[in-house]
Amino acid sequence: MSTTEKPAASNDGTGVFSPGRARISAKTLRVDNWWVQPTITFIILLSFVIYSTWRAFANADYFSMPYLSPFYSPCLADSCPPGSQDFGSWIGSWYAWSPALIILIFPLGFRMTCYYYRKAYYRSFWMSPPACAVAEPHKKYSGETKFPLILENVHRYFFYAALVFNVVLTWDAIASFRNPQGEWGHAGLGTLFLVGNATLLWLYSLSCHSCRHAVGGRLKHFSNHPVRYKWWTMVSKLNTRHMLFAWLSLFGVAFTDFYIYLVASGAITDPRFF
Amino acid sequence: MAYDASFRVWRGNTNGGELTNYKVSVNEGEVVLDIIHRLQQTQTPDLAVRWNCKAGKCGSCSAEVNGKPALLCMTRMNTFTEDETVTVTPLRTFPVIKDLVTDVSFNYQKAREIPSFTPPEGLKPGEYRMQQVDVERSQEFRKCIECFLCQDVCHVIRDHEDNKPAFSGPRFFIRQAELDMHPLDTASRKRDAQEKHGIGLCNITKCCTEVCPEHIKITDNAIIPMKERVADAKYDPLRWLGAKIRGRQPGDVE
Ligand code: SF4
Ligand code: SF4
Ligand code: FES
Ligand code: FES
Repeated sequence: MSTTEKPAASNDGTGVFSPGRARISAKTLRVDNWWVQPTITFIILLSFVIYSTWRAFANADYFSMPYLSPFYSPCLADSCPPGSQDFGSWIGSWYAWSPALIILIFPLGFRMTCYYYRKAYYRSFWMSPPACAVAEPHKKYSGETKFPLILENVHRYFFYAALVFNVVLTWDAIASFRNPQGEWGHAGLGTLFLVGNATLLWLYSLSCHSCRHAVGGRLKHFSNHPVRYKWWTMVSKLNTRHMLFAWLSLFGVAFTDFYIYLVASGAITDPRFF
Repeated sequence: MAYDASFRVWRGNTNGGELTNYKVSVNEGEVVLDIIHRLQQTQTPDLAVRWNCKAGKCGSCSAEVNGKPALLCMTRMNTFTEDETVTVTPLRTFPVIKDLVTDVSFNYQKAREIPSFTPPEGLKPGEYRMQQVDVERSQEFRKCIECFLCQDVCHVIRDHEDNKPAFSGPRFFIRQAELDMHPLDTASRKRDAQEKHGIGLCNITKCCTEVCPEHIKITDNAIIPMKERVADAKYDPLRWLGAKIRGRQPGDVE
């Protein structure tokens, strides 16, 4: 016994509607909630962008001895408050804007060109594709072959820069074992934030695909390079969790900054442990 | 428990077709291919479906179930509720021949465009010596059963017919990665991957990995490493300088 459905009105003759392919009127026949994942990603990434834009331009409440917000570290302008310029003031006095804007291009570029975030924003922002086997809305598609997306290929340089930033932020975590007077051997709740933030950033960068390639992935003969093979094996293990570290470290940076904002603006006082 | 399931199967050929509704009985432990076979036996003797092994190993029964590319023989009926309508269509990236059978010759054409294993000159087959660690990585890619589900789901060609000439697709990126990672291969696969096989069109959105029935980590272990190798050969000024100083080609064997 069979009944028959007539297909709905026809379509535009490209993609899944191209001549020769099975004529099916629906763009996708998926019945699950495929739009949930990209929607969540969209909301979280957009919230982060809004939050970090506000904080980067705010030029206030980013330092409370001994805590320096990761959005402003290293703080390289003359306007950085005393105690926050551990890496010197390279920029000079002419610079009048937020010191975050000098350095943010590096962590921003690192995440923008990250293989995982590329997947995340191509799917959720650009809908290319929104989900698997769900037709994308674009007529033309050139992937990462043309300007500007061909620039994704510079990811490794942002990775090298990220390593430098990790050292700086590790220093910030170490420096947070001081009290507001600058004496060593103390810690507060903010210390936990900064140590957690630095740890997550290391996990995120060491699990990077470019890192995996650089330590050993590019080799043809592992047997000739036993040490690099060992590194590659370790990074490969981390690499399987790269997505997890990408999200955790993003939250880590945002919450660390927010905590320091609360302390620096006087909304809360930092509980001291010792 | 046996029950009558609602099925919606695409029937037609190049001239057109439609989703047709059927009621067909389902027994415990069955897979979608069993139901398609029951349809053939009891209601629609002319229903065309391609299959061979019924064990997820031949890669013949690729189709789309509820809009997702899948092997008919590996999609269990107990993943659906009894009142759910199960929709089965042919692959939607390749030309249809009849009912659930598509013409996947695009893939054979692309396979032919990849130069085969190229050992160093003068080295005879009996003289290959290599260590397990050197071949390990590419062994994952040899699990491929050529079901072409990854090719079917890839939006580069699924949503853009015009990209087909320029793009070989995930199945052939793992083939290139396999050869490029082979310790004895000497062909110039990095530039080829970008210039002849369109790896730059891939935006690593990972649908190929999601559908692969062999669970090959196509994106993480083949495409991204190949993109990094392409960057070595074409887009990294420091590698280029280093290679010039050592009198090599960027991206040469290490
Ligand atoms: S990751 Fe690349 S090759 Fe795989 S489906 Fe997506 S675009 Fe296609
Ligand atoms: S890589 Fe996986 S999905 Fe693609 S053809 Fe091979 S087995 Fe099928
Ligand atoms: S940081 Fe994600 S791949 Fe490099
Ligand atoms: S029939 Fe062989 S894979 Fe399904």
